[in-house]
Amino acid sequence: MKTQKIVVIGNGMVGQRFLEQLTSRLSSDAIDVTVFCEEPRAAYDRVQLSSFFAGKSAMDLSVVPERFFQDKAITLRLNDPVISIDRAKKTVRSARYSEVHYDKLVLATGSYPFVPPIPGHDRRGCYVYRSIEDLEVIRAAAKKSRIGTVVGGGLLGLEAAKALKDLGLETHIVEFAPRLMAVQLDEAGGKLLQRKIEALGVTVHTAKSTREIVNGEAHAHRMVFADGSALDTDIIVYSAGIRPHDALARTTKLAVGERGGINIDGYCRTSDPDIYAVGECALWNGRIFGLVAPGYQMAEIAARHVAGDDSIRFGGADMSTKLKLMGIDVASLGDALDKTPGALNYLYTDPVQGIYKKLAVSADGKQLLGAILVGDATEYNDLLQMMLNAIPLPEHPEDLILPAREGGAKGLGVDMLPAAALICSCNSVTKGGICDAVVAGCTTIGALKKETKAGSTCGGCVPMVKQILDAELRKQGVEVKNHLCEHFPHSRQELFHLTRIGGLKTFDDILSKHGQGRGCDICKPAVASILASCWNEYVLKPKHAPLQDTNDRFLANMQKDGSYSIVPRVPGGEITPEKLIVLGAVAKKYQLYTKITGGQRIDLFGARVEQLPLIWRELVDAGFESGHAYGKALRTVKSCVGSTWCRYGVQDSVGMAINLENRYRGLRSPHKLKMGVSGCTRECAEAQGKDVGIIATEKGWNLYVCGNGGIKPRHADLLATGIDDATLVQYIDRFLMFYIRTGDRLQRTSTWLDNLEGGIDYVKKVVCEDSLDIAFELEADMQKLVDTYECEWKKAINDPESLKRFRHFVNSDAPDSNVVFVAERGQIRPARADEKDVEEDALV
Amino acid sequence: MTARPNTDMSLKQWTAVCPLDDIVPNSGVCALIGDGQVAVFRVSDDRVYALSNYDPFSNANVLSRGIVGDIKGELVVASPVYKQHFILATGQCIEDEAMKVASFSVRINNNIVEVEA
Repeated sequence: MKTQKIVVIGNGMVGQRFLEQLTSRLSSDAIDVTVFCEEPRAAYDRVQLSSFFAGKSAMDLSVVPERFFQDKAITLRLNDPVISIDRAKKTVRSARYSEVHYDKLVLATGSYPFVPPIPGHDRRGCYVYRSIEDLEVIRAAAKKSRIGTVVGGGLLGLEAAKALKDLGLETHIVEFAPRLMAVQLDEAGGKLLQRKIEALGVTVHTAKSTREIVNGEAHAHRMVFADGSALDTDIIVYSAGIRPHDALARTTKLAVGERGGINIDGYCRTSDPDIYAVGECALWNGRIFGLVAPGYQMAEIAARHVAGDDSIRFGGADMSTKLKLMGIDVASLGDALDKTPGALNYLYTDPVQGIYKKLAVSADGKQLLGAILVGDATEYNDLLQMMLNAIPLPEHPEDLILPAREGGAKGLGVDMLPAAALICSCNSVTKGGICDAVVAGCTTIGALKKETKAGSTCGGCVPMVKQILDAELRKQGVEVKNHLCEHFPHSRQELFHLTRIGGLKTFDDILSKHGQGRGCDICKPAVASILASCWNEYVLKPKHAPLQDTNDRFLANMQKDGSYSIVPRVPGGEITPEKLIVLGAVAKKYQLYTKITGGQRIDLFGARVEQLPLIWRELVDAGFESGHAYGKALRTVKSCVGSTWCRYGVQDSVGMAINLENRYRGLRSPHKLKMGVSGCTRECAEAQGKDVGIIATEKGWNLYVCGNGGIKPRHADLLATGIDDATLVQYIDRFLMFYIRTGDRLQRTSTWLDNLEGGIDYVKKVVCEDSLDIAFELEADMQKLVDTYECEWKKAINDPESLKRFRHFVNSDAPDSNVVFVAERGQIRPARADEKDVEEDALV
Repeated sequence: MTARPNTDMSLKQWTAVCPLDDIVPNSGVCALIGDGQVAVFRVSDDRVYALSNYDPFSNANVLSRGIVGDIKGELVVASPVYKQHFILATGQCIEDEAMKVASFSVRINNNIVEVEA
């Protein structure tokens, strides 16, 4: 097959989705793709733009999979807008690139903000809200300003207002219509939203038409309104709607709509069949779709068509939306404004809680036409499914929006949904698609997200995906259970609770009360870990010792040949020359192989079991403690050198890392725990790849959680920003204890979070807002563990009972003759089988 | 092979290994018998079992350091390296029918553990 040359103009969210869809269908041999992007960075999540001010970095917002362009061999031309298209020669010319030929051209140029043409609109200090660059300019300007005003009270306007508020400005919203979100909300809903927003300290001016902008007195600008009133402000941000970016299409004489937008057919083809348009620049049936989900649909349809698949056509899209604006839930579905003749309404208001709900139903009362939810949008998913799938309304439609009555089940069972029901509109995943994935073996939310992408963009559908997952598993006869093993009909979380509440102190107590049989290598270490997390008793007590995995049993890491490695604690990676010399001297004396670990410590390999206490006697005497490298426990707190030495550091990251490591040392948990502290945003400690990551800013610490390296790298999620030392420790106490209580056996924090219903927002509520009212308990439990910490090795070398276990033979002091080392690069390494046979033959 | 116990039937004899109290209930120790290594396990009700200490999956002498428990009612030890289970009474590996480690007779005589090897 001949290589198809494909040029894509624009690398926003939709343009990127097109590339992903295209490259998943055609190999890089079949296509040669060039992408032009006028912004200086590849696609990022514009929907989450305001979180840029809430602490997210440009990197956090990226939607491009790592190494995507390299792996797919796509040429990406950033900062390089296309200036002309020659349809006759089938070439495009960009600002910085010579002509590029195309067989197929895709316009994903998006939209630009509409700036009302009022006199003075282009004064200095007037901005638009569209790209990260816009935000950076606004942020710089905000530093010198006190008052900020947003022109436009729609979705984007409210987002922009949130951004100004986050920047610490006195914030105003000026809206031309008589209410906020006039397209989505009715009078009552809009007014309630306004009240709630004003309660947050934002002033809303509705029904204001700006006549001109002139010099202000105390502030830079004065906005003069048609009714004669005026508002003084330092900066103005326009967010009064979008206009399709169709200039290229116009100059190249493609058909465009009267009010803008590039005409497309059901395959997203423009009037030139070799040119496609997708996303907000495209006009289908006279409509522009200014949401990301329909844009994603267009991207998929166009990619399929380029790849020769014409099975799917674009047929319009549902414009229902649900979002959280400044913490306020707002949703609008279908025909929310009763445009259908004869539409009837059900209304519910709770003026105390600030909740407004409205259903619009057909004249015969049988079908749901639309709905508005303000203040509480819990029913959004159910109502949306009911509307889109034309499921008949229940006998009492009002029950759908009334608070649940006692005993009355509420909402829509997922079983009622047809297989074609679209569950994740961001990624076009149907109920059938989710069920198929479950049948194919995805039995957790994490696996489903990975396989189907459902719930991986905005996350709104995750509760419904979970319901479908559980229902499907039940249908398959899979009992939805997460029993630890055959000995305990409980999950780890349940067992932890039973142990803690029941005050149970030994495995035998727990087994006789809550289990059966004798236990095994699954439940014994898990219970040992639970006991350690609850009561923190010495793990080598005779009643606990047989429960421990061999690493914990011998307080060292068993290697492939049965020898052990030793990792003393080096808090924060800071070590004196004296201590370094001790490590060197000990390694030399016992002929150990030494290697620097990834966690800024030194690992000493090749110790025989009977040597462990001898080596540790010397290490403890020199002031070393156990590093718990053998345990499902806190490992290290990695740090960069921080403000003490570094030119860029803004806080003492080493000092904080040492404090944290000394606080949480020895803490046992469902799996190992790693932490990192970086002294500035350059992030040299790679804290965002740790279970707990801390990054210093000038305003305090930013706390990230649930990152991971290893087999499945995961970027940590931001939990809190700009917090002081005390709050940092408080939040980490709560977070770790909450994970220890609820994690599954051998579940790292990253998978724990991926499977946690509600995700990071839920963790935030529990940790930062104490929504479960357990913060005090979590902190107290952690403090108890901190207060009862003992170095296990110091204890072991002073306990004759423990020491008896550290020998290879119960009846001889001889070493294990099968542990044999040979030399390599000036150190020892375990002998291979062929190298050992020589030795063995000699002995026989 | 130095690591393997003597399994030649003709030379079998009872060897005292250690006092029973030297083995923590529900755990194992390793005994040196001749040139061979025998893992001796004590189960809570003072039953004792003996297997070769050599783990055929990792080629290391480590079975005595495994966790003792039961799988579907059968007493087993789990290898501390790759976690395969061996039946204490027979040495049969549960995960791999073809794998079996040597098992030995063992008894408690006047509170002393003795192995026949």
